[in-house]
Amino acid sequence: MASSVYLCLLRAVFLVCFVNPLIQGLSEDESVFQNPHHQQEENLTGLPIVTFKWHHVETPYLVIIWVFVAGLAKLSVVELNHHVISVVPESGLLIILGFILGGIVWGADRAQTFKLLPPTFFYYLLPQIILDASYFMPNKLFFSNLGAILIYAIFGTCWNAATVGLSLWGCYEAGVMGNLDIGLLQFLLFGSLIAAVDPVAVIAVFEEVHVNEVLFILVFGESLLNDGVTVVLYNVFDAFVALGGPRIDAAEIFKGIFSFVVVAFGGSFLGIGFAILLSLLTRCTKHIQIIEAGFVFVVGYLAYLTAEMLSLSAILSITFCGICCQKYVNANMDEKSVTTVRHAMKLLANGSETMIFLFLGVTAIDTEIWVWNTGFILLTLLFVFIYRIIGTFLFTWMLNKFRLVPIEVIDQVVMSYGGLRGAVAYGLAALLDEDKIPEKNLMISTTLIVVYFTVILQGITMKPLVQWLKVKRAAHSDLKLIEKLNNRAFDHILAAVEDICGRIGDNWWTRGWNRFEENYISWLLMKPKARKNRDYLFSIFHKLNLEDAINYVSEGERQGSLAFSRSDEAANVDFKKQFGSEFADVIKDTIPSVSLDIHGQDRKNAMDDINAHHLLQQHLYRSRKHHRHKYSRSHFSINQNEDEVQEIFQRTMRSRLESFKSTKMGVNPAKKITKHHKKELTHKFIFYLVEVEGLCVFLPHLIEAGIENPVFLPDMDSPTHSPPWLMETEAVAPSQRAQRRLPWTPNRLRRLAPMRISTCSTDSFLMADVSLTLEEHEEHSQTDHVEM
Amino acid sequence: KKLNISHSQITRLYSRFHSLDKGENGALSREDFQRIPELAINPLGDRIINAFFPEGEDQVNFRGFMRTLAHFRPVEDNEKNKDLTSGEPLNSRTNKLHFAFQLYDLDRDDKISRDELLQVLRMMVGVNISDEQLGSIADRTIQEADTNGDMCISFSEFTKVLEKVDVEQKMSIRFLH
Repeated sequence: MASSVYLCLLRAVFLVCFVNPLIQGLSEDESVFQNPHHQQEENLTGLPIVTFKWHHVETPYLVIIWVFVAGLAKLSVVELNHHVISVVPESGLLIILGFILGGIVWGADRAQTFKLLPPTFFYYLLPQIILDASYFMPNKLFFSNLGAILIYAIFGTCWNAATVGLSLWGCYEAGVMGNLDIGLLQFLLFGSLIAAVDPVAVIAVFEEVHVNEVLFILVFGESLLNDGVTVVLYNVFDAFVALGGPRIDAAEIFKGIFSFVVVAFGGSFLGIGFAILLSLLTRCTKHIQIIEAGFVFVVGYLAYLTAEMLSLSAILSITFCGICCQKYVNANMDEKSVTTVRHAMKLLANGSETMIFLFLGVTAIDTEIWVWNTGFILLTLLFVFIYRIIGTFLFTWMLNKFRLVPIEVIDQVVMSYGGLRGAVAYGLAALLDEDKIPEKNLMISTTLIVVYFTVILQGITMKPLVQWLKVKRAAHSDLKLIEKLNNRAFDHILAAVEDICGRIGDNWWTRGWNRFEENYISWLLMKPKARKNRDYLFSIFHKLNLEDAINYVSEGERQGSLAFSRSDEAANVDFKKQFGSEFADVIKDTIPSVSLDIHGQDRKNAMDDINAHHLLQQHLYRSRKHHRHKYSRSHFSINQNEDEVQEIFQRTMRSRLESFKSTKMGVNPAKKITKHHKKELTHKFIFYLVEVEGLCVFLPHLIEAGIENPVFLPDMDSPTHSPPWLMETEAVAPSQRAQRRLPWTPNRLRRLAPMRISTCSTDSFLMADVSLTLEEHEEHSQTDHVEM
Repeated sequence: KKLNISHSQITRLYSRFHSLDKGENGALSREDFQRIPELAINPLGDRIINAFFPEGEDQVNFRGFMRTLAHFRPVEDNEKNKDLTSGEPLNSRTNKLHFAFQLYDLDRDDKISRDELLQVLRMMVGVNISDEQLGSIADRTIQEADTNGDMCISFSEFTKVLEKVDVEQKMSIRFLH
């Protein structure tokens, strides 16, 4: 650990030493820039072997140097977080580092030559972050909570802007702020730019605080969608300020409201249009797969710029472009292109975010912009904080009347505390026109302070706050085993009943939309091959599992007993191989079966007790409520209990297939399968399978396996020809014990665990087909079984 | 109605019932429940599905659906003091506990045997725990609760050992008001 600290210090020193002379060199050479050619000719006395051509490369060099510095900064910050302290969120640390760098630059130059200029921010740094956020957006979650998100985004932002602006104006009128050249409209303008919750800051902080998925999507979605409102409010009040007070009448106000509709919806539809364009493009790039990935970025950026050009909401445009194109682009593009896009997106987004926070810090070190007005600044902080809390609770109270699963109080607290302001607010402030708004510098200063306050202070205290709140609600630790077990069971039960009662999204609308989407939109935007493969794959998968179930039961039948035995050692050995390192923890805690006899009764009990509690704590499956924020800036599959999910899923599927098979089906020779049947069955399994993460990675492996069997599905309605053992269904249903545990011999394990994402899944399926055929021949004589 | 659920909630739950009922025959079968994807990744999902179906039946109508869900209504303060001569409401603490108890007790003999407990444990726990460890956890669990020494947990023992747990809060869904 000490070595990493030294590394960090070394890097910091490197940063300082490297940047300083460069800056000094820059400031000297700027005068040379005027007449480079002339200068060279003048001083030329002999042939120069090497010349220092700074002026040729100045601009790109500076850009790259700053990118490099940003990268180093991120590295240092992450190392610092990892090894020394992890109290301050990375974004906060980056800002502080920016302060230091800004100090260096200012020290060298006596003026801040590197500022975060609004055009740089809005055109070069922001778009990729938003594109990344929208491309990886969990769509289903987003759309099922869209109502709530819209309420917060639209009404919440308007509320924040109005209240903050009006309160500040009220305080100004009361004389608290001293003498300022400012009016009501300017206060409202300021309110509108400070009101917006910032997506960059929100992601940066929430990533370190694990909150449940609904809460995350609400805050995240709100921060993305409120740009529509912010842009409109900002432009409207900007125009009002330019027009001047007297000329504002009802018509203008009405135009303002109307412009909101146009800007927001216009931006969204533009984004959707570009998404369609992108999907169509990727549909046609079968022969030039190497450049497919580029289209995603290019078209996304085009969407952003086009909306900006038409004065529509650029963030909304790129957001909807990313959201809508995900599915089709991922289906159409080659596997490698998909990976490329994902990695590149994360890279760009990470880089941009780092630079934004760094520059936010650098920009602070500038004597020109700082205007200090205690009343204004403190009051702004206060109002921003308070009105956010009030607004959140107010709107949540209204929403909970309509939501099926209400938003809890803790979530509301986190939501209000998580209303972070960031670079967007600063960018908008820097865009203000000094002539129209004389107090521009005051506003910039205030905005910067609000940003620092929310990002650094609220970022630091967010995690402890969440933990404190949760700990308050959680039961005390001296619970008995059975209480712990039951608590977890209750969590699961509650989650299940909530799911049964339904998310909001399951109604006529969504079903209709799904049907429409599947029939028309997918037909248009997805490669035909991709579409067919989905259905095909699912039916193959279904068939194979059905075969498994049939074979399993027949195998048991053959062995003559219903309690299918399984060797414990084999199971353990298998799992050790598969789960490798995770097993190490369990091995440490293994209750030593030998020493039970040696120790005395008391000690044995105590040890057992501790071990049992510890084991249970570690290995109980977590329930849905406790985890799973689905978006992360730096990781792809952040769902750390993917393994758990897979285990549970496999288990459930096995037992269901079992009961399904034994209670309903007859097995018939292949018939011409009507579309209706196929659709129905595939629909069944589609619902099962599509929702589990990781499936889309697994599917291409199946394709590569080249499973060419004709689609074969047994007829469900009329079992005309069922094998003898099925006639007495009740008698043959495997015991519960058998249902639970399948004969986990190595063969079966590989076959029955197709969800395992491994590079050798293709092998397992090829081999599986082989073994299946063999068994077919074996059993053919015994029963009138299916024909391949 | 005895279930004490408000009219708007009933309407909403009916539309949910209807959307789940793909066969459109006014009753839900097990497949209709299994179609909900989240239940497939819930360890106790299938058991809970079974809880909706009365003994030996394969279909549940809307009334049965509501009956089961009514267990999860929050307990009102004013109800706690009400006279219970008309029979306990479905969402009383006892009935909530009974619902959970029946999830463990599959053979409905009013006792959770070691095997049944083992089954539930196995469902709720990862694959990294071996059977011996699980067995000893089950033994300890029974030890904690068992007062009459029959190596099974009866309903009264179950209730007693969970008396400190805030069941009313943990098994309530607020919207079923």
